[in-house]
Amino acid sequence: MSSVPSGWRGCLLVILAGFVLLFGLPQVVSLYGVVQMTVFVAMAVFALSQGFIWGFGGIMSFGQSAFFGLGGYVYAVSVINMGDSTIPVLLAIAVPAAFAALLGYFMFFGRISDAYVGVITLTVTIILFNVVNSTSGDFYTIGQAALGGFNGMPNVPPLNVPGYPDAAFGPIDTWYFAMGALILVYILLRGILASRFGRVVVAIRENETRVQLLGYDARVYKLLVFTIGGGVAGLGGCIFTNWGAFISPTIFGLASAAQVLIFVLVGGLGTLVGPVLGAFGIEYLISIIGTQQTLNANLVLGAVLVAFVLLVPQGLVPVVWSGIGRLLPRRFAGTGEQTAEAQS
Amino acid sequence: MKLPVPDATPLLEAKGATMRFGGVVAVNEVDFTLREMELRCLIGPNGAGKSTFFKMLTGQLKPSAGQIRLRGENVTGAEPHHIARRGVGIKTQVPNVFNGLSVYENVFVAAGRRKSRASAKRITEQTLERVRLTGITGRMVGQLAHGQRQWVEIATVLAQEPDLILLDEPAAGMTHDEVLRTAELIREINRAQALIVVEHDMQFIRMIATTVTVFNQGRILVEDHVDRVMANQAVRDVYLGKQAA
Repeated sequence: MSSVPSGWRGCLLVILAGFVLLFGLPQVVSLYGVVQMTVFVAMAVFALSQGFIWGFGGIMSFGQSAFFGLGGYVYAVSVINMGDSTIPVLLAIAVPAAFAALLGYFMFFGRISDAYVGVITLTVTIILFNVVNSTSGDFYTIGQAALGGFNGMPNVPPLNVPGYPDAAFGPIDTWYFAMGALILVYILLRGILASRFGRVVVAIRENETRVQLLGYDARVYKLLVFTIGGGVAGLGGCIFTNWGAFISPTIFGLASAAQVLIFVLVGGLGTLVGPVLGAFGIEYLISIIGTQQTLNANLVLGAVLVAFVLLVPQGLVPVVWSGIGRLLPRRFAGTGEQTAEAQS
Repeated sequence: MKLPVPDATPLLEAKGATMRFGGVVAVNEVDFTLREMELRCLIGPNGAGKSTFFKMLTGQLKPSAGQIRLRGENVTGAEPHHIARRGVGIKTQVPNVFNGLSVYENVFVAAGRRKSRASAKRITEQTLERVRLTGITGRMVGQLAHGQRQWVEIATVLAQEPDLILLDEPAAGMTHDEVLRTAELIREINRAQALIVVEHDMQFIRMIATTVTVFNQGRILVEDHVDRVMANQAVRDVYLGKQAA
């Protein structure tokens, strides 16, 4: 697994591009386009959580959708009950993070092997799918919020200016919130990875035995990474629910769990920009295919994934990056020597 | 800093240490004592239980029976990170390094536990110099030759600043010059730290050893000065054959 050079120049460039998109998009694209991009961003936040725990923490969670969906449902249920969206947003991060911490505690301190972490997380999201799917009827209400079973929860109140439930966010405001959240999450994860904690996390991915023999308790590090990943996925779910004012159990489903893996694989495992671009690209592709009738969308997606796994197994970003590295002089490309200094 | 410990308490003490895998007894009631600052060589034919013994000492395997004490503290069955924090570092037989990280980062991660960034940096630079890796600090460890990877691992163990260093076949896969340098390095390390070295290369053993412990079939066969061990008929029979002559 190769990690792309992560010098501060590349990082600043990404943040700059994020801000250009944040403020530029509403100026150049129609309202419909902005709304569409908002859901791409929700998926990108989701992909970041997967890319962080898998590509850097080496944790094979195949059911990250559990935390994504949980974030969405927690937001929906709490905002219906509370009215003001401020605390529901925080809960949509905190509850999935706490659930990830609980699940992670049993997995990592129980010495579950990597493959079984994948099986367990996948099982958890399927269990959540089935549980929420069977909550139709009046019996399954939390406060004033009816879970609605397989029909989902429609008319979820939108975000509002903190403290003013009547000042609801319009589509453009929601865009600023979503894209701003994506940039913040990126900066947060970059910061974590640049810290010494982050170096140990990557070291665990490379060789857990060595890390333990050096005196680090790898289980604690993995638990923290998994918890952060759960919180980030929850935030993505919150944005997703806001985008359509709707959430349904399919968010926990196999398709949702698999989709985020595809985002990460296509974009590039072991990078942070990769999963974001993977989410944007695949979601865009889906929206294009959706407007025509010739080809089945799932067929095309499957073909794209197979093509990537066979031809570009590293994913887009690492390949493009090394291509740039070969074309440009060394000081721009950030070679190993420089990275080591930058990170030391 | 650790408090000075009276000489009476050995640095490492194994009593009746036993490791069973199903019906196989890999290490059988081994009694082993190492003093502070001692340099000990461990030899024995393949499958004698040397690496298994190392794994028991570092917590990678939980002993089936017996006790392991570090400076009198019972660490039998403790987690590897717990034992590492008590001052034990190990270079394993198959190098355990971070292939996807640079040489510098490998050593930095080792040096950085519970230390300030500045002192971690200082230790990293000193260690890299000591092991003569300064020329390749930016290289990815996965791309290095086997001998160099061995040294990167030795560097991570040194950067950890342990009181007891276990080296499992440190000279394996090294060129003649590298072997000489490794022997020199081990003698240098021994001025401040205790070591146990597992090796097969008899010339190498003669370069560094005073006391040698011979393992055979999970038990200690002989424990004596290197010259007497080399001359011992039982040792020659099980292990050395003609190559020691």
